[in-house]
Amino acid sequence: MTDGKLINAEEMAKAMREVSIAEFFEKNRHLLGYENPTKAMITIIKEAVDNSLDAADEAGILPTLKISVKELEARTIYNILDSNGYEIGEVILEGRKPILKIKDRYAKYEETKKSENKTEYIFSAGQKIYNVTETKVNNGEDKQIELFSGADKLKISKTPLGRFRIIAEDNGPGVIAKNVSLAFGKLLYGSKFHRLRQSRGTQGIGISGAILYSQLTTGKPAKIISTTEKETAEMEMRIDVSKNQAHIISQKIEKNKEEKTGLRIELDAEGRYIEGKQSIPEFLKQTAISNPHAKITYDGPNGKVAFERGTEKLPARSHEIKPHPYGVELGIFTRMLASSKSKNLKSFLQNDFSRVGPKNANEILKISKLENIKPEKLPHEDIEKLHRAMQMVKLPSPPTDVLSLMAEDLILKGLRKEIEAEHFVAVSRPPAVYRGMPFAIEVGLAYGGKLANDQTALIMRFANKVPLLYHQSDCATSQAIEEVDWKRYGFSQSSGSFPQGPLLIFIHFASVWVPYTSEGKQAIANYPEIVKEIKLALQDAGRKLYLYVNEKMRGQHQKMRHELFEKYIPELAESLEKLTDEKKEKIIAQLEKINKKGERSEKVDREEVGDKK
Amino acid sequence: MIEKKSETKNNLKKIGSDVVKDIEKGANPTLEIPIRSLANIKFDEKNKMIMMGSSTSQRFFFNAGHVRKFVQTIEAAALAKELIDVNKHLSLREAFYRMKRTLPDSQINLVDEQVESNQAIEDLELISDASREQLHINANKMGSVAGKVVIEDKEDTIDWSKLGSGGWAIPSNVEDIIFKRVNAKFIIYMEKAAEWERLHEDRVWDKLNCIIMSSQGQATRGVRRLLQRLSTEHKLPVFVLTDLDIWGFYIYSVLKYGSISLSHISEKLVIPDAKFLGLTVDDVIKYDLKKHLIKFEDIDIKRMKQVEQYPWFKDNKDWQRQFKMLKELKGKAELAALSSKGITFISEKYIPEKIKNKEWLD
Repeated sequence: MTDGKLINAEEMAKAMREVSIAEFFEKNRHLLGYENPTKAMITIIKEAVDNSLDAADEAGILPTLKISVKELEARTIYNILDSNGYEIGEVILEGRKPILKIKDRYAKYEETKKSENKTEYIFSAGQKIYNVTETKVNNGEDKQIELFSGADKLKISKTPLGRFRIIAEDNGPGVIAKNVSLAFGKLLYGSKFHRLRQSRGTQGIGISGAILYSQLTTGKPAKIISTTEKETAEMEMRIDVSKNQAHIISQKIEKNKEEKTGLRIELDAEGRYIEGKQSIPEFLKQTAISNPHAKITYDGPNGKVAFERGTEKLPARSHEIKPHPYGVELGIFTRMLASSKSKNLKSFLQNDFSRVGPKNANEILKISKLENIKPEKLPHEDIEKLHRAMQMVKLPSPPTDVLSLMAEDLILKGLRKEIEAEHFVAVSRPPAVYRGMPFAIEVGLAYGGKLANDQTALIMRFANKVPLLYHQSDCATSQAIEEVDWKRYGFSQSSGSFPQGPLLIFIHFASVWVPYTSEGKQAIANYPEIVKEIKLALQDAGRKLYLYVNEKMRGQHQKMRHELFEKYIPELAESLEKLTDEKKEKIIAQLEKINKKGERSEKVDREEVGDKK
Repeated sequence: MIEKKSETKNNLKKIGSDVVKDIEKGANPTLEIPIRSLANIKFDEKNKMIMMGSSTSQRFFFNAGHVRKFVQTIEAAALAKELIDVNKHLSLREAFYRMKRTLPDSQINLVDEQVESNQAIEDLELISDASREQLHINANKMGSVAGKVVIEDKEDTIDWSKLGSGGWAIPSNVEDIIFKRVNAKFIIYMEKAAEWERLHEDRVWDKLNCIIMSSQGQATRGVRRLLQRLSTEHKLPVFVLTDLDIWGFYIYSVLKYGSISLSHISEKLVIPDAKFLGLTVDDVIKYDLKKHLIKFEDIDIKRMKQVEQYPWFKDNKDWQRQFKMLKELKGKAELAALSSKGITFISEKYIPEKIKNKEWLD
């Protein structure tokens, strides 16, 4: 190609090769929640927890989850930097066989040469040979790494990484043995992507993504024990990345002799463990708040925590709905046409969409000026016509009774059991519609107690009961919080920012489809309808809370006044005694009587207002 | 305005007993205090002085915003009564320390800064209808006097003509001074001590048979009261000598008509017979002082625009002429500049000639 020759088809075919799932994964880490070692750990836990809770909901079981994270060993990644200090690759020498990766391409490992204090690893990538030397320094206590490409020495920086064993165990219905390899071993396999129903996971990359990450970072297989009512299947598996399917290493199936069912998954993965605002314990705590019917125990590197069940009541079940014509995207619409089983367009519109009756279907066809042909035969250029016509017909809103809401009762129970505050309020708004999708906003506020007095309010965001820990500032919830006038509810707030004070704001967005701002799935897009609903819910809750805050502040104010006068009474009495020879004890007694009286009535306050001249 | 000690004491006692009565009734104790602000000031055309209006404000004990000042005022009253009882005087600074103490079980001081005790004392003057001096609380003394006058002060007899080069230092309280013999035809009051020293060295008071008196800058209460007493009790005209600038005019204005901050005791301070002797713009021209002018600053012009509009200057042709000429002069002149005409020029030529020719402003 470089000598100017035309490329023939054969050469092109050689250059084109199937993008492996592993490569896809590597290149799209940021979309999948694995862009950094800290977030990767949280994502693994999140995928396991989402699966367990969704399964328990569907089976009508009160979920009991056990999560364990234990550090196995620490190791070091060497990041390769270009002359500007940007990362272009990495070297990993410990653990399995040495890895050298530059610009997303793995160099081929050739051989290792060892001398007394020096080990040399040799890699090749195309024409280039890379030498990595590891020299023992400080009497063998430390190592010094150098990377050469020919005579050029490449810049390297060190990142310590841990290797962790993550175990997630639930009491759900389990997965039958023959489905395990499908459910855990195939990426983008799942039942949730094409349907419209409120659930936690949607993309289908979920738990198999976690297994792939584990495999890519540690090379260890995943261990799964699934116990259904009938049998217990124990297996070790990897994902065969070229075929995108499970590769079962070992499998043992026994009859289930006990009554217990459940699923246990064990993964080794590389990551960085932290605790704090964006961490596994925080994720689990927030999950416990939004799922007060779940019991979650966590055994982490720094000790055990238990989040007890706050209620025995199962949450309302969500229902599947068909898409509403106003909300369906052209791409999905095209796919729906292609896979429809309806014999003609009219019945396609009536059967595959919600809120389209015979009359509306006829009207759509009339506007689009299309023949009532078989859906799959609709020519490409007409699909858009039909799609446009659907938006022009006046249709009723989609059904809204399909959402699984926490309701005020469960919001309060969730907050009360995990947050040490003195007063709680909750508001569950009736469902509304954005772009043909039903959604509902639920808000909880916790006030006082151990919540910090002098700091910005704490925010907890949830989409379909799943905590959102990242990208807070991009989220519709943040915009709504900023737009609410919190001064009305007794909090200080500089314009366009979050309120200050001992306040925690819980916001739950429930919908059959969550409009995330990006594939990172951490922020809700700010559609005007959504922001408006969040604001209304916050204002509603703010008013409820203010009844308490106001009462408390008034009490405090009264008390402060009372104490202030108390301090000045002896002084006044002494001065008056000097001035008039009245006994000060008598004056003090009389003044204290008035002070006490003033505390109960509003009389003193009224006088204060009256004397401003 | 009350005159006798016993009356002052009774007034103080009454303030206390009124508060006690409120307390016994179970009511919120109040003090009624005349408002000391520009809005409550008016110029009394008949008596030609600035007077305080009749607006008052109420101060409550059971009011979070008032309680501190309320107790401070009552404490000031108790302190004044004690001083009268033992016949001792305190300076404002001493009164501050006397009132300053920490409230039991707290970190609150009854007064934290002298400004607070000063204000409490000023408020007490208003409600007790007695001046600070009558309450036995004094300001710093700052002023000198010389002349053929004999007085009695605290049973000492003092001859103002026999006090060497320093003269008699004017105390802040001149209420109890008795004039035994006054042998003078008029008083010369000057803005600066330097001019007083010039006149004293030249024995002007002897040569012209007058009293010479000065303070530094604005006249203190003691000086003003002494001037007023001499002026009214002995019918002596008061001639005022200041630098030629708006600040000098204002010193004269305060002496003659009073000021806002002391409007409640105007009748004890103002000197309706005061005359402005100099420097005038005419003097500058006559004595060729133009080469010694100091250029105006913005603040000088700004202040002039306010002062020339005062009711007592507004319709006075002579004064309006001075303001106009001063503006055209575009600079100010100091009394000291007269020394360019000769060391004793001010004593031997300027003052005698001006008084002889009646070249003053009224």
